Amino acid sequence: MATTAAGDSLPAVVLEGVGRAYGERVALREISFALEPGATVAVFGANGAGKTTLLRILAGLLRAHAGRVVVLGAELPREGYRARGRIGLLGHEPMLYRDLTVRENLRFHARLHGVEEARAAELVARVGLAARADDPVRTLSRGMTQRAAICRAVLHAPELLLLDEPLANLDPGGAAAVAPLIGRAAGPARVLISHDAEQGLAEADHVLGLRGGHQAIWAPAEQVELGDVRGLYA
Amino acid sequence: MRATVAALVRKDARLELRAFESVPAMLMFSVSTFVLFHFGLDRGALAGDLAAGVLWVTLLLAAVLGMNRLFLAEREQGGFDGFLMAPVDRTALFVAKALVLFCFLVAVELVALPAFVILLLQPGPGQALPELLAVLLLADAGIAVVGTLVGALAVQTRARDLIVPLIALPLLVPVVIAAAEASAPLFAAGGAEPFPGRWLVVLALYDAVFGLLAYAVFDFLLEE
Repeated sequence: MATTAAGDSLPAVVLEGVGRAYGERVALREISFALEPGATVAVFGANGAGKTTLLRILAGLLRAHAGRVVVLGAELPREGYRARGRIGLLGHEPMLYRDLTVRENLRFHARLHGVEEARAAELVARVGLAARADDPVRTLSRGMTQRAAICRAVLHAPELLLLDEPLANLDPGGAAAVAPLIGRAAGPARVLISHDAEQGLAEADHVLGLRGGHQAIWAPAEQVELGDVRGLYA
Repeated sequence: MRATVAALVRKDARLELRAFESVPAMLMFSVSTFVLFHFGLDRGALAGDLAAGVLWVTLLLAAVLGMNRLFLAEREQGGFDGFLMAPVDRTALFVAKALVLFCFLVAVELVALPAFVILLLQPGPGQALPELLAVLLLADAGIAVVGTLVGALAVQTRARDLIVPLIALPLLVPVVIAAAEASAPLFAAGGAEPFPGRWLVVLALYDAVFGLLAYAVFDFLLEE
């Protein structure tokens, strides 16, 4: 957890008036919120609302064109080096090399993050992939690939988890297996993109609703109705 | 940084051994070109400047194939994102990729050079082999450094196949000139002539200058 010199915990994420455009097209405009350590924000919005752009800005992979981004006490992009290795990203792509086995992929990421290789083996077993750990990723089903990607995202015990539809392609057994790693009980602050309003609200402390790149909703989860979320997709 | 470079090189070596995407293509291109020259020039053998020119232009164009694919897995399979989010020195990626491209070139030359000698060169380099190896290693280092830099730049664009030759070939003209000048006397028709060592110095200087330049700017190429 990020802390000040006095030992007070800093917000995991602070966004102030963040904007981002791709050429003429504005993807995000005036996004502002703060997320406490260990808290979860569920991000809702229709396709093209700016959810993935937001996630990539928080991961330090995209620069905001306006506003201020502070992640785990590090102002991005200037202090990005301070946040590296402390964020776990599970995006649309599994970020795994298709011709390497699950074990080789995780071993590679473990080395980049200075993590013991035993941690990779432990995670593979926990998500029920031990029997396929020596198979190339390209031979795995989508659900299995998602499980491997989740192992990759949490391998270095990140303080902030950025999750884009983390349960996509997972069967009920798979979802139950990964829940201790990426669920609310896992510990880190989470930014969770979901299209399942019920499940997203159940998982969240806060709700961020995006409509056309604008911040349409920012509220505690208990104050947000299902209809409010569904209205974002109308 | 050494551990990161080792992890990246090991990963790329594994990917190449599994997928055979770069080295076989570079090798096939080189050998096919030598075969085409063998029949196209309709000569029993080449020597001197012509032999050196054919060898270096062929190797350079084969290297372009490797440059095109050097960062493809990082781009298409999320390797860039994974690397950029890791707490490592980003220059490690440059060092690792340059080492990988250098190894690819050496692997290609292990087969392509004997093919060149058999198909086009009479007599072979014979006693001058150590000098030829020195030229090859220094030229490969220059090609690897520039190729890595250009490959990283080009992979971010949609016109990757166009950008790599467009930028890399003009930048590598000094390497071709120096390598061809240095190796031409080694391929002389009457046997190897005295070796012009100054061209080795030119190659070494080129490697050092572009190595430092690439080291300094590579971090910025990875930024969005």
